[in-house]
Amino acid sequence: MDSVRSDRNGATSRIPVALKILIAGGFGAGKTTMVGSVSEIRPLQTEEVLTGVEGADDVNGVEGKTTTTVTMDFGRITITDDLQLYLFGTPGQDRFWFLWDELSQGALGAVVLADTRRLADCFPSIDYFEQRGTPFVVAVNCFDSEQRFAAEAVGRALDLDEGVPVVLFDAREPVGARNVLIELVEYVARRQLTAAASR
Amino acid sequence: MPADAHDWLDHDAGPVVRPYAMTQGRVAPSNGEFDLVAFIVATAPDGASGAGLLPEHHAIVTAAWEPISVVELASALDLSIGVIRVLLGDLRSAGLISMYEPPAASAPHDVDVLKAVVNGLRAL
Repeated sequence: MDSVRSDRNGATSRIPVALKILIAGGFGAGKTTMVGSVSEIRPLQTEEVLTGVEGADDVNGVEGKTTTTVTMDFGRITITDDLQLYLFGTPGQDRFWFLWDELSQGALGAVVLADTRRLADCFPSIDYFEQRGTPFVVAVNCFDSEQRFAAEAVGRALDLDEGVPVVLFDAREPVGARNVLIELVEYVARRQLTAAASR
Repeated sequence: MPADAHDWLDHDAGPVVRPYAMTQGRVAPSNGEFDLVAFIVATAPDGASGAGLLPEHHAIVTAAWEPISVVELASALDLSIGVIRVLLGDLRSAGLISMYEPPAASAPHDVDVLKAVVNGLRAL
């Protein structure tokens, strides 16, 4: 995209291209932490106010309540002046699945955070991205710097499709979080090249 | 009245005005969609025109003098995404902003772009 405008001082500001990466996983798996550790801006939160959502907050006793609020975390990484990466932490609760549809629209890919103490928590995220065909990597968040399981064992336990990368990392470490993103983007590129070759 | 009735004060008490009051109850923009990572740019300095605009409309125009994404606008102005979208629709109808869509959702991401992303991440 090379849309360029001149401002009052005659300088130009180009319109960057923004790529989205989703950070998913169960409650407490480290989504907010990961967005925060790798974002160049203070992680921001924005709210989506939902109107008339089926299954919004239990309305017993407050029948007049037709809206509910969901908070999304997001962060940004500037790759170049023309290219920005946006990270979105997906809303955790099941009843916000429909927001995932908008978030995954045009997304580059997703990181599914797994906590080996509660591995089943990430099943819904994996199912979702598999069904949608969104490329994802599984990142095992090792909170206590203790590697209980090898990446291969986690991959087998999750019954992942062949080639889906599994990485161990610490969501609090910017370098680790960055490496997970690199792993994802390289995986997306590999998939793209394979798809192009088989066409 | 329970004893803890006054525990919530100021910001803790939440917004005084319900979010969609600002949009006169409209929950969707009048024209088109605004992707979360679409970029918005003001087409004219704030104050050029705009009878009937709210302070929030003006705040958007000011914030969008440099290109800014929809999600960052919402966060910067502390408005919900839904409200921002309605207000952006008004501004687009009034010709005060332009929107630049992100790459089409259906198109595969360009491998050269992906390489640039990997190199950019490595350089962090």
